[in-house]
Formats: sequence, structure tokens, C-alpha cells
Amino acid sequence: MAKRIEATDVTAYYGGFKAIENINLTVEPKTVTALIGPSGCGKSTFLRSVNRMHEVLPGARVEGSLTIDNQDIYDRDVDVTAVRRMIGMVFQRPNPFPTMSIFENVVAGLRLNGVRRKSILEEAAEKALRSANLWDEVKDRLGKPGAGLSGGQQQRLCIARTIAVEPQVVLMDEPCSALDPISTLAIEDLMFQLKDKFTIIIVTHNMQQAARVSDRTAFFSIEKTGDPGRLIEYDNTQKIFSNPSQKKTEDYITGRFG
Amino acid sequence: MTTTVTSHRPQPPAQPLTLRARRLPAYAAPVIAVVALLVSAGIVYGAGIGGPVLVVVLGALLYLGGLYAAANAVEGRRAARNRTWSALIHSAFVLAVLPLASVVWTLVSKGSERLDGNFFGTSMNNIGARDANGGAYHAIIGTLEQVGIATLITVPLGVLCAIYVVEYGRGRFAFTIRFFVDVMTGIPSIVTGLFVLAFWVLIVSPWFNDGRPGFSGFAAALALSVLMLPTVVRSTEEMLRLVPAPLREGAYALGVPKWKTILRVVLPTALPGIVTGIMLAIARAAGETAPVLLVAGGGAAINLNPFENNQSSLALFVYQQAGEASKYSPARAWTAALTLVALVLVLTVAAKLLARRNRLGR
Repeated sequence: MAKRIEATDVTAYYGGFKAIENINLTVEPKTVTALIGPSGCGKSTFLRSVNRMHEVLPGARVEGSLTIDNQDIYDRDVDVTAVRRMIGMVFQRPNPFPTMSIFENVVAGLRLNGVRRKSILEEAAEKALRSANLWDEVKDRLGKPGAGLSGGQQQRLCIARTIAVEPQVVLMDEPCSALDPISTLAIEDLMFQLKDKFTIIIVTHNMQQAARVSDRTAFFSIEKTGDPGRLIEYDNTQKIFSNPSQKKTEDYITGRFG
Repeated sequence: MTTTVTSHRPQPPAQPLTLRARRLPAYAAPVIAVVALLVSAGIVYGAGIGGPVLVVVLGALLYLGGLYAAANAVEGRRAARNRTWSALIHSAFVLAVLPLASVVWTLVSKGSERLDGNFFGTSMNNIGARDANGGAYHAIIGTLEQVGIATLITVPLGVLCAIYVVEYGRGRFAFTIRFFVDVMTGIPSIVTGLFVLAFWVLIVSPWFNDGRPGFSGFAAALALSVLMLPTVVRSTEEMLRLVPAPLREGAYALGVPKWKTILRVVLPTALPGIVTGIMLAIARAAGETAPVLLVAGGGAAINLNPFENNQSSLALFVYQQAGEASKYSPARAWTAALTLVALVLVLTVAAKLLARRNRLGR
């Protein structure tokens, strides 16, 4: 069910500011793709344009084409909510809904999209929480507020919430940057399991993490502040981290710049 | 992190680094207060220049000065300033609470005289200047109906308006709405009363009243809703702006449409604050006299129908009874004032409990 994503000449703006320019890359189904690069190079902007979250900000827009199994998600007659249901997203900071319990948080996507049957919701919640390695920790307190969990648990709750709607692609925007090493490990393990079913794109600042979890790595960079971010190199993770073909990539991953 | 940093630093020289400082004993502050009051009493009564109020004011000033001097001598300048400022802040709090306590005390002591079944069960119909009876039943009905209708009109309108301004409005139109809401905040209540009198009572109401203009409780509700609207819009707007953007994005990322995100995620998160704003607006409207007098006309008899004929309200009842030439009317006015305050208090507490009921227990 996982889908192939193809970006062709994707350029994104914040008002008059061009954040990324002419990004071309293809993400194969059931792989983990890592986006790395220095701050401000447009990794997150690119990620957010993949499920049309970029345009939520006032004045932001995307040009070029982004297809998922050959359907352009920026076509005029495409339903944005359908795109986002197909391409889920986990954010940098855990953002559970504060008025909802753990259970309600997990099934929020289903419930707010019209699923009412309690048995279906309960089944989906357990499945999603088990996939997110959170079930054992919360099964006795599903009625407690989601905001009362620890940071790492909250992030796994948000992952459970994302996969409960059964998307085909999961985007992760630095999902571990606010977490301790143990929670990070739990989430990396989770990515390995999720890879069987989903296509995953992850933005990370942690190069070891990119090397550990991803199959392919894309390196983004900018010339100088104010310039749009560009894709410098996109290859198998192994190759990027052992024998990159671009000098800039090598400089970045060896720590000489960035 | 900090510990590692410090452990790498060279150790400070052997000279002792003390964290202790001399402190005033715990009894110092009360002793200074008592001495200040005694000195102040001595000065005021000795010179014969005033009464107990002046003693307290002068005593407070002497206390502040004495505390600063004592702390300065024993603890040093920084501690002395700290003590003086905390004492100032505490006295500001007391000053702010005093009028409130005084109002409550006056209301309870004077209002309890007529706090009987007759007051809540009868109207002022056929009550003359020599009658000790008579009550505010009609006025309570009027307040409840008028404020109730005004709330029904204002809350949906105000909340939707705030949602438009925060979530959808862009550019000049939203700016204009915000500007006029701000302007509306400053409209005096008598002006909204005149507006409804000119527009509703004199122009609209004759259409369904055989050509004659008619007072009604509904007209008062309209005037009150004009008063309540800006408060509701502004407070709801502020509360909606406080809802973090990542919550909205989290819902969008699940494929939830924008309207549903607002309805099921944004509004519940902001609900307690919105309820507080609405209660402030209701409290303000319940205390208004002028618009009710202008467009509902007041009245002594019970009128359950807000759409026809004169109605009174508690605030108007207080105003009228306070000016009545009867030795029984001041007591009625005080009890009505007490009733009004109690009513608003009960409504506020009920609304807060209701808004909290949906929040999850920790």
C-alpha cells in the first residue's frame, strides 16, 4: 500500500522569500528517507510541502509538481484533507490535544473524520498504540489526559495518533530532537517496524540517526543566508556516509561545515 | 550539564564563601507594626487631628519606614528594599480588597432586612407608599429573561465573529471588524438604549403592534446584547489566539478539515477562557439600568412575556426604589441589589463548573 513520491522542480515560498528551489527527488515505497543539512536549508519546508502543510502559513505557496503514485497532490481538484489523510505527519514537538484523553488522542483522526463505532475505535486505538510501543505503558490509564505523559511518551502518542488513520506515508520533522536517548531509541525501533507498511521521510539534525535508520539520504544546503535551499546530493545512505560524490556533502558529514 | 562545568573549574581560594546573611528575627515585622500603630495613635490623638482612619494610614507609612530602616541596619540595602516592596504589594492588595469587602458587607447587612419569601414571591403591583410589603419577583423575572435573551443573541454571534477574525479573516475586512469592535467597547450604555429606542421601539415594533410603538423586555435584551457583544468578541478572540498553532497543525495533519479542527480542537481548548469572558459580559449586562429604563419602561406588575408590554429588571428596580418617597423602599432596594449580586455570582460559579466538567481530571 505504501506509495512512491516524486518531486519535480519543487520550489516553495514564504511570501516573497524563496525557501527551497528546484528540488527533484524520488522516494521509493517502504523505505526510510532521511533529509539532512544545516539549519535553514529547507528540509522542513520540503517535508511540509509533501503533505501540503506548507500552505497553512499565510502567504506560503509551492510551485512545481509533487506526485504520489502519479497523482499530483497540487492539482486543482485535489482534496487537501484526503492528501493529509494519506500522508501523515509527526512534528518536532509532541502536540497531543490537551482537552482529550490518551484514548481520544489516538482515535482523534478517525473520530473527527466520522468514525463513531466504539468497537472500531477501541480496536484501532490498541493497534496503533501497540505499533507505537506505547500500549503497555498506557493501557491502564487510557482515560487520563494525553498531556500528562512524559515527553517521549507524548511523542509516541502522536505517532500512534498519526498511524491510527492508516496513512501510506509518514513524515517526521525532527521527531527526536526534544527527546532523551532512550525515547529516541524507542522511536528509531519503531521506524524499523513501520517501514514494513509505510513510506517514511524523516528530517533530522542527528547524522548518526540518519545513518542508523534510513535507506536513502538527501543532503540539502544553502549557499548563504537568504538564498533558497537546494538538494545537493541524494543517494543510498551507505554511499552518502562513506563515499559521497559531492565535496559539500563530505564537508558536512565530516563536520567541516554546518 | 552545570555540574560538569563547575567541576572542571579551578577551586576557589581558601577564603570562606558564605551563603549565610544576618536576618531580622521573625517577630520583628509584627513588633514594628504594633509600634508604628501606637506611635501613629499617639501623634494623631495627641495633636487631635483625626480619627482611626488617619491612625491606620499614618501607621502604615510609619511601618514601611520603620521596616526599611530596621532591615537596612541588620540585613543590608537589597534585603531592605525587598521587604519594603513586598510590604507595599501586600498593602496594595489589602487596599484593593477593602472596597469589595465593604460593598459585600453593606449589601448583606442592609439587604437582609427584606430577605423574606414575600420579597421573592410578589411584585410591586398595587403597593403604595405606606405598604411595607412588595417584592422584586417581576424584576427578577425581567432580569433573567432580558439577560437570557441577550446572551442567546450575543454568544453565538460574538464567538463566531471572533472565530472569523482569528481563523479566517485576512487583510482589511478583518482589521475593520476588529477596529469597530474596539470602538463598540467604549459605547456608553445609555447610547445603546437610545439606539434601540430609536431603531427598534419607534420604527420596528409598530409593524407588529397595530402601528403603536411598544416597550418590551426583548428591546432591553437587544440593547444589552449590543453592550455585551464587544466584550464577548474581544475575550474570545484573545483566548483563540492563545491556542498554540501546533495543535491546529496536528489536527490538519490527520486530515481533519479546518472547520472541524476549530470546532473540536481549538474551541474546547479555549473554552474555560471563553466562558469567563461571557460571564463578564453577562455580569455587566445584568447591572445595566439605563437601557432597560429607556426601552422596557419598567413596571410594577409581573409580566412573563418579554415580547410585549413593560418589564422591569433588578437594576432598574434598585434605581426606582432608591428614589421612592416611602420609608419601606430603601430596604427593598438593598435586598434587590443583594439579589442581583448573588444571581451573578451563582451564574458565574455554575458556568465555571460547567466549563471545567469537560476537562479531564489529572
